[in-house]
Amino acid sequence: MNTSHQHARRTMVVYMQDKPGVLNRVVSLFRRRAFNIDSLNVGRTHLPGVSRMTVTLPPTSDDAATLIVANLYKLVNILRVEDITRAPSVVRGMALIKVMVTAEQRQQVLQLCEVFRARVIDIAPTSLIVEITGADDKIGGLRRMLEPFGIAEMVQTGVLAMTRSGEAQAHLDNVRRRAA
Amino acid sequence: MSDKRLTGAQAFWEVLVGESVDVVFGYPGGAIMPIYDAMTAYPVQHVLVRHEQGASHMADGYARASGRVGVALATSGPGATNLVTGLATAMLDSIPMVCVTGQVPSHVLGSDAFQETDVTGVTLPVTKHNYLVTQAEDIAPCLREAFYIARSGRPGPVLVDITKDAQQELCWFVDEPSRPRLPGYRPSNPPSDDELQQAVELIHSSERPLLLVGHGVIASGADAQVAALIDATDAHAACTLLGLGGLPASHPRYLGMMGMHGQAWVNTAIQEADLLVALGMRFDDRVTGKLERYAPDAKKIHIELDPSEINKNVKVDRPLVGDVGDVLDQLVPKLTTKRRPDWSRRIDQLKGEGAARDIQRLPDAGKLHAAHVIHDLWRLTAGNALVVTDVGQHQMWAAQYYRHESPRTQLTSGGLGTMGFALPAAIGARFAKPDAEVWVIAGDGGFQMTACELNTCAQEGIDMNIAIINNGFLGMVRQWQELFYDSRYVATPITSPDFVLLARAHGLTGLRVTKREQIEAAVRQAQRTPGTVVIDFVVEQEDTVYPMVPAGAALGDMIRRPLKEIS
Repeated sequence: MNTSHQHARRTMVVYMQDKPGVLNRVVSLFRRRAFNIDSLNVGRTHLPGVSRMTVTLPPTSDDAATLIVANLYKLVNILRVEDITRAPSVVRGMALIKVMVTAEQRQQVLQLCEVFRARVIDIAPTSLIVEITGADDKIGGLRRMLEPFGIAEMVQTGVLAMTRSGEAQAHLDNVRRRAA
Repeated sequence: MSDKRLTGAQAFWEVLVGESVDVVFGYPGGAIMPIYDAMTAYPVQHVLVRHEQGASHMADGYARASGRVGVALATSGPGATNLVTGLATAMLDSIPMVCVTGQVPSHVLGSDAFQETDVTGVTLPVTKHNYLVTQAEDIAPCLREAFYIARSGRPGPVLVDITKDAQQELCWFVDEPSRPRLPGYRPSNPPSDDELQQAVELIHSSERPLLLVGHGVIASGADAQVAALIDATDAHAACTLLGLGGLPASHPRYLGMMGMHGQAWVNTAIQEADLLVALGMRFDDRVTGKLERYAPDAKKIHIELDPSEINKNVKVDRPLVGDVGDVLDQLVPKLTTKRRPDWSRRIDQLKGEGAARDIQRLPDAGKLHAAHVIHDLWRLTAGNALVVTDVGQHQMWAAQYYRHESPRTQLTSGGLGTMGFALPAAIGARFAKPDAEVWVIAGDGGFQMTACELNTCAQEGIDMNIAIINNGFLGMVRQWQELFYDSRYVATPITSPDFVLLARAHGLTGLRVTKREQIEAAVRQAQRTPGTVVIDFVVEQEDTVYPMVPAGAALGDMIRRPLKEIS
C-alpha cells in the first residue's frame, strides 16, 4: 500500500449494523489487506441499530483510500462509508493523564492545564488526573509539557470526527433508510 | 404460505428444499446429528465423503459446473476446520457455496467443550460472510441470507455454524420465499452513460485492441456478449486460466491462455497492444508478471463486478463496474464496427512463431509426454468433456492443450492453487452434470492428497474417468528447482502406490499407459467402462511447462522451449 508522505492522513466515518462481531470483521479486513490504522473508535449513534466508527489512517494515496472504501463495502454489515479527509470537520479525541506532582509543582501544572483548556478531575496528595479533549496534536502537546513532572499513567481514546456542514444529512438519510 | 412448528433441523431442510438443493456433500458427527437425523424426510441426496475437505471441494465442483450454489455439511471442531481449504479455494475463485457446520450447544459455547472450535472466527477471512446461529428460529432466515449472499454479486462461500441445541429446539417456520433484507449489501453498481462513452472512445481510437476474458464472463453467462464485442471490434481475445471456455477455442479470434504459462503469442500481443479490455478478471500476478512493465503501451478498460478489484493491481483508464454481461449489453450497441487488418496480421505472425516451438511438434521417440496425453485426450473426447484439473504442471498443460468449446467445462483451482482439488471437485461436478463425460486430470502428487475419495466414487457408483499424469515428481516445484535452484531436487521426488491396484482395491477399474500408441485404446476402454476408471499415465519424469514467465519478470520475458528439442 502506498503511504508516501505527500499523501493526506485519512479520516473515515463508517456506519455499520450494531451486531455482534461486526467490529471484528472490520479489524480483520484491515489486518488481512495490510491497511494500517492509526486510531479507531466505535460506538452507538442516535439511530437504533446503527454503530458509527471513526477510523484514522496514516498518509494514504487517493487510489489506496478508494480501495479501502470499496473493501469496507464488501462487508455485508457496513451501511455507509464516508472519507471525510477533505471535508471541513471537527476531530476530537480524549485523554486522561495522571501526573505525579509535589505540592510546589501543583500550581504550575494547573496553569498548564488552563492554557490547554484541560480539566483536572482528581487531586490526590502526590498526583492529579487531567482530562483533555482535542485533536491529536493538542493532546500530544500537553503530554510533552507534563512529561517532565512524571506521567504515572495515560489513557487515550481514538478520535471522533464529524463534518461541519449540513452535507452529512444526505449520508445520514441514506443510513437511516437502510437501517429502517 | 403457511407457518409450521418444526425443529431447527427440519427448518434447515425446508430451506434447502426451498432453494432447490438436490444434493449435499458431508460427513456426520456429534454436533450435527440432529440435522442428519431429520434429513431422510426430505428429497435431498446426501453424498458421504471420506474427508470434509472433499465435501467442500465437491460443493465447489457442483457450483462451478452448474452455476448453482453447492452445499457442504460437517460437524463441529475438526469437521469444520477440515472445510477451511475448500472455503479458501472457493473464496479466491468466487464460487457460490454454502457450508453448514454443527456447533456445540449454546450453553457451552466458549468453554473449550469437546470438538469446539471458533468456526466463525477461523473462517472469517476465507468466507464472503458467515453466521453463528444459536436459536432455532434464526436458522431459516440466516440460511436464506446465506444462499442469497453466496450467489449474488461477486459470488463466494458462506458458512453457517449452527449450535446443536438450535437444531433440536422447536420454532415457528415461516414459509417466505422473499428476498432477504440486507441493508448494507450492494450486489451491483451499474456504470453511468459518461463512463460507457469514455470506454467507447478508447475502443474507437485503438489500433491494437485485445480482449482479456476472465472467470467473470463465465459467472455472468456473458459468452454471447463477448462474441458480440469481438464482432464489433475485430479484436482477438485471450483467456485467463479460469476464463477458459468463456470463448470457444475454435472461435477465429481466440488466442489461448495468457500469463505465466500462457502461449507466447498471447503474452507478446498483450505487451504490444494499445488497448486491453479486461472482462471479469482481476489482473492476478500470474497473469501480469512484473506490474511496472505490464502492457506498457496499452490503455486499459476494466469491466468488473467488484469495485475493490479496480486499480488494485493494475491502474486502469476506464473502469466499468458491473456484471460483465449487463455492461456489454449497454456498451456493444454504442460501438461502430472497425477492422484492424495490420494488428491481425501481426498476431498471426506471432502465432506462427510460437507454434514452431510447440510440444506437439516434439517427436515422441518412444517417450510419453504429458502434453501428448492431454492433446490426445482432447481429440478422443472431441473437446466436449467436462475436465477437472488439479494443480501443477498437468494443470498448465491441460490449459494449453485441452481446447474448451463452452463455459463450465474446465474446472480448476486457479486462485488458491489447491492440490487435491480435482477428484472431489469432479465428483461434485458429476452430480451437477449427469450427462457430461467427466475427466479428472491430476498429477501423482495432488491425486494422493484426496485419493481417499476414490471410495466415495465406489460407494456412489460415480461414472467418470481419471487420468493421472504420473511423473514421480512434484513436477511444478521440480521445474522451479531445475530453473531457479540449480536443479537441487529437494523433497520433490515422490513415490506412489500402484494406481492400477489402488483402483482395483476400491472396486474400480485401473489401466496403465506407458507409450503414446496405447493412449487411444485406454481412453476408449475408459469411455466404455461404467463406473470410475483410473488410468495411470507413466510420463516423462523431467518435462518442463513452456513458455514460462519467471515470477517477478515482465510478461514478455518468457523462457521458451529450446528449439533444439524440436527436431
